[in-house]
Amino acid sequence: MDYPFIWFILIGVLWTGYLVLEGFDFGVGTLLPVLGRRPHVGTGAAEADKRRRVMLTTIGPHWDGNEVWLITAAGAMFAAFPHWYASMFSAFYLPLLALLVALIVRNMGLEYRHKRDDDTWRQRWDAAIIGGSVAAPFLVGLSLTNIVRGVPLDADFEFVGSLGTLLNVPSLWGGATFVALSVTHGALFLALKADGTLRAEARQVAWRSGLATAVLAVGLLGWLVGTQGSAPVVALTVIAATGLVGGLVASRAGRELLAFAATALTWAGTAAAYFVALHPAVMPTTLSGGTSLTIENAASTPMTLQIMSIAALVFVPIVLLYTAYTYWVFRRRLSTHHMGAPALVK
Amino acid sequence: MDPVDLARWQFAITTVYHFLFVPITIGLSFVVAVTHVAWVRTRRPEWLRLTKFLGKLFTINFALGLVTGIVQEFQFGMNWSDYSRFVGDIFGAPLALEALLAFFVESTFLGLWIFGWGRIPEKLHAATMWVVHVGTLLSAYFILAANSFMQNPVGFRYNPESGRAEMTDFVAILLNKVQLVAFPHIITSAYMVGGAVVMGVGVWLWRRAAQPGASDAADVPMYRKATRLGAVLTLVASLGVVVTGDVQGKIMTEVQPMKMAAAEALYESETGAGFSILTIGSLDGTEEVFAIKVPKVLAFMATGNPNGTVEGINEIKARNAEMVAGIERTYGPEVAVVASDSDADYMPNVPLAYWTFRLMMGLGFASMGLSALLLWVTRGSRRAPTSRWWVWAAVAAPLLPLFANSFGWIFTETGRQPWLVNGLMTTALGVSPSVSVAEIWTSMTVFTLLYAVLAVVEVRLFLRYVAHGAEPFHEPESEPAEDAPLQFSY
Repeated sequence: MDYPFIWFILIGVLWTGYLVLEGFDFGVGTLLPVLGRRPHVGTGAAEADKRRRVMLTTIGPHWDGNEVWLITAAGAMFAAFPHWYASMFSAFYLPLLALLVALIVRNMGLEYRHKRDDDTWRQRWDAAIIGGSVAAPFLVGLSLTNIVRGVPLDADFEFVGSLGTLLNVPSLWGGATFVALSVTHGALFLALKADGTLRAEARQVAWRSGLATAVLAVGLLGWLVGTQGSAPVVALTVIAATGLVGGLVASRAGRELLAFAATALTWAGTAAAYFVALHPAVMPTTLSGGTSLTIENAASTPMTLQIMSIAALVFVPIVLLYTAYTYWVFRRRLSTHHMGAPALVK
Repeated sequence: MDPVDLARWQFAITTVYHFLFVPITIGLSFVVAVTHVAWVRTRRPEWLRLTKFLGKLFTINFALGLVTGIVQEFQFGMNWSDYSRFVGDIFGAPLALEALLAFFVESTFLGLWIFGWGRIPEKLHAATMWVVHVGTLLSAYFILAANSFMQNPVGFRYNPESGRAEMTDFVAILLNKVQLVAFPHIITSAYMVGGAVVMGVGVWLWRRAAQPGASDAADVPMYRKATRLGAVLTLVASLGVVVTGDVQGKIMTEVQPMKMAAAEALYESETGAGFSILTIGSLDGTEEVFAIKVPKVLAFMATGNPNGTVEGINEIKARNAEMVAGIERTYGPEVAVVASDSDADYMPNVPLAYWTFRLMMGLGFASMGLSALLLWVTRGSRRAPTSRWWVWAAVAAPLLPLFANSFGWIFTETGRQPWLVNGLMTTALGVSPSVSVAEIWTSMTVFTLLYAVLAVVEVRLFLRYVAHGAEPFHEPESEPAEDAPLQFSY
């Protein structure tokens, strides 16, 4: 294994980490209007708000760190495959602009929602959280699927298409699948982390969204196998599908941690299938006279890759350790009675 | 406007905006870490109240610093793809390390700090804010190492086959002499900002609590403490800023003489050059209507010798042609294409450099003076600064060093022009060829509007929290019951 190949794998790992981790907090954000309603007729809006607070508090200590996986994935692409980073980020200009806006308004919502005791204020930030939580996984799915599908790159690796080129059926479908899988993953996270009626309802939602995800995933993974179907890709899509089915079954059986781990496996299988399908390209071209970006021609020099490898070898385990510690510290299930009076300023 | 100008405007807008929150984040995380430890060690209620109060102001800012930082990272690839291709081998590594070593630490430990009240052991909890602070410093180090490469490219060679700059010495990049002065300069100025925020907020609340009949009259000693803590930090940090700035000036004269000459609008070389405090004229050196100059100060600032010679713009310009020819001789004609730009006159916008340099220094010194004045008038057991003027001082306190920072960055980045990487790649050559003018207009408009809205929201929220003041003291429970409400939840 040479350094460029190692970094191809590591970037795949970083994207997988991002999808597994931020996937569930996107899902929780998307479910705010679904699970954060008044629990039943006759209860007040205050109870609904408490449910939303429980939902947001389950992801509260984690979402920010989860997002760093994206920042690290982008930084690692810049360092390890400058041409890939340059071509991808300039080619997907408008989708990435939309992704940035989605992440900005969503993060601001998560940070600012609870900072004022004012219903209008909260409603606006809720809209930002919900909108961002739907749009972000859609745009990530759209972009990653476009990479696997190939985009028109000329001989100098420059994108020669337009926004219309990126809005094709497989990529839009990929975006929708990523949203659906986030919702299912997020519902299972809530079932694992919440208590009381919220826990039961999250399991129901996971079941329903899981079925929708399954339908979409069959299409996406079927397309992937149909166009890039090598044996490893087929195997990985089977793993992804097994994860989804297993997650739903485990959830029904009340095994919530197992169910959440299973949809994490679905993310991992999907991401791995994408990257294996790409290999040895990192961004294939659809132009006959164009040049595909490959692991070899997009990579940095061995020196840069070696330095980065040492840093990754030392620091990734440390990151994983303290990240695991936060999940351990905040392992307790949360319920509406845990929501005391927050420090709000009118 | 052409794509280069638009992409530059967008970068300028997003960077200056991002850098309003960065120094507050660095400075305030330090102050909160200090007050938190003070609470754990002394058990004096005011330290816990200040920790929570300043912690809220900190998180309000951190949120915006973070989201605007992601834009910065994406922007290199989106708007400056040819630059990313050219220097990715060098520039990408510190960026990736920033994420791996700093951002994970900051985000994770800030989560632990915010939600950790009553959930993790007290001493460990206080330590998490120190970890966050160290994360902000690491982050600054890596991003400044990347920027210093643009000011003074070291530790690389040009590879004509791949057409890019390739790393040969990572240590040289991390220990770039520009970096070794830029980092302490930026960090001390960030401490100045953090101190000044605490000083400004403190003096405003102190003055209010000291008004006759104020409901929070009992909080006067606490706000006095905060004010003086902030003022001491600002004053000490500002001395560091002056010292590091002085060293930086000399190194800048050495590696980027054009920038120094532009900062002074010095067209002809001069021995024992004076520092112009204010010059009114045409600024192209042909006409001088009115000038206040301090003799020999510029010569000292630039060379360390009051009788030293400072090169003027015209002479440096003459050498630029030689420089490009030299690059061609050394690296071959391919790099000359990278390096040269037929339209460039190889000099930055002189009035911009001249005025931003002065505004940076002037606002910085004003901030230093204000902190010294405040410490003087509140020394011993003197009464609160109740005069109406202190309201204005409270407003000015954080803004002075904050804008000094902004002007400093505008100076250092525009003073490098037309080079993107000094002496190696012009800005015009770094822009994304595949991105259209319409796309950049779209993103620039979106970011500008979004940032403007967020600025209004954040400033209003910040002022609301300041006006509310510190929460009353509650003795924290050390081991809350399982089903007790959380001490902090969304």
